[in-house]
Amino acid sequence: MSLRLPTGGRIDRNRTLTFRFDGRTYHGYHGDTLASALLANGVKVVGRSFKYHRPRGIFGAGSEDPSALVRLGDGARAEPNTRATQVELYDGLVAYSQNNWPSLKWDISAALGLLSRFLPAGFYYKTFKWPGKFWPYYEHIIRHMAGMGEAPTDRDPDRYEKRHAHCDVLVIGGGATGLSAAKDAAAEGNDVWLVDEGIPEAPANVTVMARTTAFGKYDDGLYGLLQQSSSDQAANAPRQILWLLRAKRVVLASGAIERPLVFANNDRPGIMLTSAALRYLDSFAVRAGRRAVIVTNNDSAYEAARKLIDGGIEVAAIIDQRHMAERHEIAGCEVLNNHAVIDTAGRGGLRHVTIAPLDVNGDAVPQAERRIDCDLLCLSGGFTPSVHLYSQAGGKLAFRDDIQSLVPDTDVPGLEVVGAANGDDIAQASAAIALSHAPGKQFIDLQNDVTAADVALAAREGYRSVEHLKRYTTLGMGTDQGKTANLNGIAVLGRALDKPMADVGVTTYRPPYTPVTIGAFAGRDVGAFLAPTRRTPMQEWHEDNGAVFVPAGMWRRPHYYPSPGESPSDAVSREARMVRQGVGIVDVSTLGRIDLHGPDTAEFLNRVYINGFKTLAIGMCRYGVMLRDDGMIFDDGTVARMDEEHYIMTTTTANAGPVMAHLEHYLQVVWPELDVHLTSITDQWAVTAVAGPRARQLLENLDSDMEFANQALPFMGWRAGQIGGIPAQVYRISFSGELAYEVAVPAGHGQACWEMLLAAGKALDVIPYGTEALTTLRVEKGHFVMGPEADGRASADDIGLSGMLSKRKDFIGRRSLRLPALAPEGRLNLVGLLPVDGKTAIPPGALILDRATAAPEAEKAGHVATAVFSPNLDQPIATAMVINGRGRLGAQLWAHSPLDNRIVPVEVVHPVFIDPKGERLRA
Amino acid sequence: MKKVPGPIHGSTEGNNVMLLIPCPHCGLRDQTEFSYCGDATVTRPATPEDADDAAWIEYLYMRDNPKGPHDELWQHVHGCRQLLRVGRDVTNHEIKAEDPS
Repeated sequence: MSLRLPTGGRIDRNRTLTFRFDGRTYHGYHGDTLASALLANGVKVVGRSFKYHRPRGIFGAGSEDPSALVRLGDGARAEPNTRATQVELYDGLVAYSQNNWPSLKWDISAALGLLSRFLPAGFYYKTFKWPGKFWPYYEHIIRHMAGMGEAPTDRDPDRYEKRHAHCDVLVIGGGATGLSAAKDAAAEGNDVWLVDEGIPEAPANVTVMARTTAFGKYDDGLYGLLQQSSSDQAANAPRQILWLLRAKRVVLASGAIERPLVFANNDRPGIMLTSAALRYLDSFAVRAGRRAVIVTNNDSAYEAARKLIDGGIEVAAIIDQRHMAERHEIAGCEVLNNHAVIDTAGRGGLRHVTIAPLDVNGDAVPQAERRIDCDLLCLSGGFTPSVHLYSQAGGKLAFRDDIQSLVPDTDVPGLEVVGAANGDDIAQASAAIALSHAPGKQFIDLQNDVTAADVALAAREGYRSVEHLKRYTTLGMGTDQGKTANLNGIAVLGRALDKPMADVGVTTYRPPYTPVTIGAFAGRDVGAFLAPTRRTPMQEWHEDNGAVFVPAGMWRRPHYYPSPGESPSDAVSREARMVRQGVGIVDVSTLGRIDLHGPDTAEFLNRVYINGFKTLAIGMCRYGVMLRDDGMIFDDGTVARMDEEHYIMTTTTANAGPVMAHLEHYLQVVWPELDVHLTSITDQWAVTAVAGPRARQLLENLDSDMEFANQALPFMGWRAGQIGGIPAQVYRISFSGELAYEVAVPAGHGQACWEMLLAAGKALDVIPYGTEALTTLRVEKGHFVMGPEADGRASADDIGLSGMLSKRKDFIGRRSLRLPALAPEGRLNLVGLLPVDGKTAIPPGALILDRATAAPEAEKAGHVATAVFSPNLDQPIATAMVINGRGRLGAQLWAHSPLDNRIVPVEVVHPVFIDPKGERLRA
Repeated sequence: MKKVPGPIHGSTEGNNVMLLIPCPHCGLRDQTEFSYCGDATVTRPATPEDADDAAWIEYLYMRDNPKGPHDELWQHVHGCRQLLRVGRDVTNHEIKAEDPS
């Protein structure tokens, strides 16, 4: 007779499905899991174990299964370490066993089993860590040999989603207890959600979430649910949905998980939990074997035996470990009290078990041992309440002796634990025992290959706390989180320490209950959807005209505009040269703009910036530097006075948000008496900088009512007017050190203005330039920027700005300038660097050393901040932060790049390489 | 700067508190609309130039880390942009009523 029964089960016998496992074709039915279909086909061995590469079969029937891990699918869709017990069968499913080479049957590393006495608990720590420098090599080999399945390297082609939801009552677990709780709550008019890992019954007025695991309880009453798609779902449906659910009340009806028993070779294919064998019979009409033996320590085995017999499985014997005067009677089945299974046999599947009576000490009597032939051994070691989510929610557990398990002991507001999860209706059981003289490995954790001997060894070596035991032996640290292993581990440790289980303690439960794919956490926040992209009003022009972009926060700014066939460095050099010789335009709309209004604005600016702002006249701009209260440079920019009580501040691109928050903080918390209103107007304006000796000529070619002569619009002045009918503001400010203007127009006119500027400059050979040329120009001019030079640790004096520090007023950060840490001696100063040979590029980010060696005796004297090739000086130049740098002008130092071990001799120079008197920008 | 009015619970009865912050200007809003702005019990010396080094360093760097209720500054950055004084129990995220003083 086939292993599949002709009737029964929750399968559809009219829908035959074809699937492949390790290249062989099999058939199953709609409603099967991969595990039930494999069992129905008589497939016993489905994988090899983690450390010893022992053949392993199907051990459980749900998320508790530690050993039936397979790789599902091919190519980019391949998913390693998938539990065969939770994979719904579908037509065309492809799966592979893991941890075997060259094949499942002939695994070369199984020879490791012979060496296994050299791989005891903690062997990673003991054997391979020394000498330390070889660890990476050992690790590589160990990972290959003892690793789990292999992850695909291609991008995951599936779609994942994240959804948020709220409900009145969340019921976790769709068994009888959960269903009844859900029905009751719904009858009271609540919005009820019922989640179950499988496919539960669907009561009326309840939102049923099938194939859904409540995997974690997080802060603020947030529950994480992972919903798997069904095999019937449309191809474009999301593969998994991560639900972030908040419920007013939670009912935990997660049930209990059966425990295995501990004896030699208790891991062979054909050995499984009794509850799993029953589940395969009930739900899938599959007999997990033909002739079974049940080994037990509790009464639940007898009811199970009757069910197995009814399902057509011969039950040869029930081996009850308990000392009992009376024997249960089951027709056609030998029942033995005070006996234990002491060994098993069978390559590639169970053939027989060896049993023996137990003596008064609980040890087997070897003289009386005998064999019983069987192909299925059902383990019935009692039931462990699934308290994971309760424990995650902060509930404390207490040990209950009668069921030898940890059960909820304290109240967690808003969370009710019911049924078997609470320890209710669970048969009395004795503890798992491990024999002191076993003829083979007695596994506790099948996934991580942790044996009773490993636990005993850990105890002998002093790992007596259960938390230490876990980390030393890796007990319970697999993808199954030790659902079948933890309690037995505590029992065996208790015995080794001669302590009652109640005093051994328990490790903390942490999310997730079952593994959650990274894809589900990412959802659709991948690639371009990870973060929004900010676009300037001229972005389309940049894209249409071949700009190469560079990310700047959420912006993508033009890096440079290469001509056909031009290399990146040639393009940057051309752009920087053309600005110094002719005229160029650059999109600076990304700079932050803050509108300040109110009678106290001048006073506020005066407190915010290190330099004075009370004398700034209407129609003029002023450059300002602001510090944090700890005295470090926070940002810089210009402020234009628009009117009596109206100013516009610009900030750096990166600090637009932080500066706004900084100003709001001081206005609202520190100086609420100041009457100033702030508005971010960055997105309202499109701004183009026009720079170069021909900049004024370009502006004068525009159709405008403004005058740009030196007298009409002096350096640091601004004017309002119109350009080609567009309202515009023109600010005469310069970042490049050239004659320069910034033209601001309402954002919607940005591209039109940009194109008008290009047209007006056509006869002047105007070019657009990008941020790299901008950097080259500002380094040539010795301007610092936030980030490379002012990196949050630089004071105004470090950058050479002490002349700007007002002595006539207080300002944010001023008090810190008197702290000992800011005394000038020994601080890093901004300087320029030139290569001594005039040719060699200075490595960006290099260390500055005081001698020509990277050996440890060389003293670090600073670091290179920004390094560029200057087309206008025709040589590499750099800015650097050097200890006491301003006192070392003319000195020779060495720039050392540890990345490629280059050492470049450099000369320390004044940071302004071009036009130190500033005649160009005032021209 | 306004104090968050009380009595306040995140969302519902009992301790099943979601981190919802009752903005006095906008109403009960999710924490993700806010940004944490530090310890509200720190006061900047009124005249920094008169503070000695120890007092100034205390203001700049030294923070208590109490277990239990804590006064914090939160800014409703994705709302009214106002800074709020929020009493939060750091052990269970319960947002407590504020003493109006």
